[in-house]
Amino acid sequence: MSGASSYRNPPVVAGLLDRVRRLAVGRAPLRFMEFCGGHTHAIAEYGLRSLLPDNVRLSSGPGCPVCVTASGEVDAAIALAARPGVTVATFGDMMRVPGTAGSLSDARASGADVRVVYSPRDALEIARACPAAEVVFLGVGFETTAPVVAAAVLEAEASGVSNFSVLSLHKLTPPAMRAVLDAGEVRLDGIIGPGHVSAVLGSEAWGFLPRDYRLGCAVAGFEPTDVVSAVVALVEMVAGEEPAVVNAYGRAVTAAGNRVALQMLEQVFAPADREWRGLGFVPNSGLQLRPEYADWDAGLRFDIRPYSAPEPPGCRCGEVLRGVIEPRQCPLFGRACSPASPVGPCMVSSEGACAAHYSEAEEQ
Amino acid sequence: MCLAVPTMLTEKREDHGTVELAGVSREVSLLLVPEAQVGDYLLVHAGYGIAVLDQGEAQRTLSLLNEIASASLDT
Repeated sequence: MSGASSYRNPPVVAGLLDRVRRLAVGRAPLRFMEFCGGHTHAIAEYGLRSLLPDNVRLSSGPGCPVCVTASGEVDAAIALAARPGVTVATFGDMMRVPGTAGSLSDARASGADVRVVYSPRDALEIARACPAAEVVFLGVGFETTAPVVAAAVLEAEASGVSNFSVLSLHKLTPPAMRAVLDAGEVRLDGIIGPGHVSAVLGSEAWGFLPRDYRLGCAVAGFEPTDVVSAVVALVEMVAGEEPAVVNAYGRAVTAAGNRVALQMLEQVFAPADREWRGLGFVPNSGLQLRPEYADWDAGLRFDIRPYSAPEPPGCRCGEVLRGVIEPRQCPLFGRACSPASPVGPCMVSSEGACAAHYSEAEEQ
Repeated sequence: MCLAVPTMLTEKREDHGTVELAGVSREVSLLLVPEAQVGDYLLVHAGYGIAVLDQGEAQRTLSLLNEIASASLDT
């Protein structure tokens, strides 16, 4: 059952696609947003976009944590890395994301101590091994990642590691979804809900979509049958049923989520206003360390606060993240901006819409 | 970024354990999934188990998808 192959079974994918075609035939064009960058990546990897009928379109949303990290936040991380004695530890995806003056990768090339880690625990280990260094972990990610970082802070507290801290750039997904819908720039017929965010948050967290926006939401996993069965559920809802939240990822997601993880997240972090690339400032859309954990708050310890900074000239990542334009509508796409030489973050991350569309175009 | 891969828990020692995927073993924290038991499949994200996969649900989903798919192709 664990075998991903069960969820990649080509005849089942073909049957589900056939069901989508039958349900969608003769309908006005339907447009669903996959909120999550992991889905954007899976859709590109399995070529699902081209297998769907012409009147069923999928648009990428703002659910790529690397992509929505604002320029000013990258600048703050680089400023931290420039401090003598500071080691910045980060997930690898953040290395090439551009700020206003280069990336963390550029900072490392200029001599800053920036290290790629797989887990915040690795950063904690570095802090234990180098007591003279100030190790700052860049807390980037949604509700999937924030509990993991909270757990690392609690471990630092329990084991008395005082040269470890977190620059919290964590963001929350429901406020971003609302911001995209409230902007009123895109007409959508349903949302593919993020699978691993929902494993923590619970599928009920998306109840506001049918309630406040009359939109169906299908929470999905990341295998081809997961994604296509979510599309089946969304088209079925458009075709007559009341909009609702459908959990199409029942093996990993429950209605209430992971209570232990949520409790740990809430113990360490409190909601805060945050700037998103593409969405601007969104109230209560991010997480900051609670005053009780101020000792592990790198922003306070080093007096560094992200400020609002302009996006790269000509880059239209913001509109891509809001689903307003498709990546290839950006004049830089595939010309001045490519995965080898990205201008904006949506081309940096393999979960970014621009990188995903670029790899699809390469394959065709 | 929210990548989490299903892996089987092969050993459990208090709040951490060992998972195995394709013959490779890895240490994992079980702080967020204290209920995990040896033999369970976990979603592992950044070194921490974040969910225990429900094998019964997995089986039901596969059967349901098979049904939908074959019903559509047969009609």
